[in-house]
Amino acid sequence: MPETIEKTKHAAPAAPVSLSKEEVLRYSRHLIMPEVGMEGQLKLKQAKVLLVGSGGLGAPLALYLAAAGVGRLGLVDFDRVDFTNLQRQVLFGTSDVGKPKLEAAKRRLQDLNPEIQIDAFETKLTSENALDLLRPYDIVVDGTDNFPTRYLVNDAAVLLGKPNVYGSIFRFEGQLSVFGLADGPCYRCLYPEPPPPGLVPSCAEGGVLGVLPGIVGSLQAMEVLKLILGNGDPMAGRLLLFDALEMTFRELRLRKNPDCPLCGSNRTIHQLIDYYEFCGVRGEEAPPPSVEVPQMGPRELAERLKRGENIFVLDVREPHEYQICNLGGILIPLGDLPRRVQEIDSAAPVVVHCRSGARSAQAVDFLRKAGFRRVWNLRGGILAWSDEVDSSVPKY
Amino acid sequence: MAVKVMIPTPLRPYAGRQASVSVEAQTVGEALDALTGQFADLRRHLYADGGRLRSFVNVYLNQEDVRNLQKDQTPLRDGDTISIVPSIAGGRSC
Ligand SMILES: [Zn+2]
Repeated sequence: MPETIEKTKHAAPAAPVSLSKEEVLRYSRHLIMPEVGMEGQLKLKQAKVLLVGSGGLGAPLALYLAAAGVGRLGLVDFDRVDFTNLQRQVLFGTSDVGKPKLEAAKRRLQDLNPEIQIDAFETKLTSENALDLLRPYDIVVDGTDNFPTRYLVNDAAVLLGKPNVYGSIFRFEGQLSVFGLADGPCYRCLYPEPPPPGLVPSCAEGGVLGVLPGIVGSLQAMEVLKLILGNGDPMAGRLLLFDALEMTFRELRLRKNPDCPLCGSNRTIHQLIDYYEFCGVRGEEAPPPSVEVPQMGPRELAERLKRGENIFVLDVREPHEYQICNLGGILIPLGDLPRRVQEIDSAAPVVVHCRSGARSAQAVDFLRKAGFRRVWNLRGGILAWSDEVDSSVPKY
Repeated sequence: MAVKVMIPTPLRPYAGRQASVSVEAQTVGEALDALTGQFADLRRHLYADGGRLRSFVNVYLNQEDVRNLQKDQTPLRDGDTISIVPSIAGGRSC
């Protein structure tokens, strides 16, 4: 069992892995428990873990793994800290807003534990760099927030034979598993294909309850420690479903799919593919495939309203979004539009808006098909209104 | 048989915002039919054109994936729990 210990004993005797006096003190709560002990702590010290994503899941992951003494921690992220991150990404502070996430993360983690090595890869994980980035590490942790990267992480981990500690969150619900262990299932065994963009969830239903990524990310960190220590039952072959509102943890059985194109016996995937194409999206910034509809810019709408023109401003967001900010329009959520369409004044020109313009484009398309002739989509939605007309309208 | 169908968060808006729905059915297929009969909007989220369950939506009877049982034909017992488990990626909005 203590394979790593064996290795260190017989490896270059000049630099045996051991703990300094300071490290013994730092890790004393580990050292005094038999499930970790000196042997386990030395395993942690020699472990190399790559975290993909430094967001909601990555924050507790990085903090706890650094604190626990994982010797080498790789972080992959290319984002900058913004204000909307702070509600859940506890790795960052207000003074970090605008800075590259990894710059802020590295400083925080190195302060938390100067004994470990932090490798910061300020890049997007791509099909071109994934294998090289993952290769030096023992374990990969998926803390990403989008389907293309999840499939990329999964495929790269399986191709390299590395465990992939998977966590995923949505609103107040989380999933956890460990993929890619020998004989265990992979993410594709569970979900052969991603949802087409724009189906579930729709943008009206996004969001993450603040503490949720803390819980799921911490569970992932725990699985990482167990894999390193070789202790306990890893989540391989099991899918944990966590519902924060009901406060329930349910467990489902996962089996390796014998027909899995990646890890099955007749596998057809032998190298990384184009994951944006696979997931039906062209690039991170590409808007969801929205319908072509007539648009009106925020400035034009503002001027026409100011002139006293009778324009029917239709807001197709959800009631809870209307409470955040609104343009004084009539609220009919997109999902309710078909049965409430008679509430719209078809004699007046109609300008439809949402937060960013995607949902309202669907609404305009629907209204045109329903016979409305003079109907426009407010280009860029509330966000553009805030930028171009009234900066007192908050963005969210 | 009276069984409970667990509705995942992303699909709750299409199921009257409920976390679970109780239905009467003899098989898993019948239970899902009963559910989508009650909530028509749910249908296009669960099934692709042609009536096949979408590949990013899994259905479990108690703890087991119905793909490993008798799929739609899997018989039910009183008090069984059916879970609909779609893939989720994160909390992004557009
Ligand atoms: Zn597989």
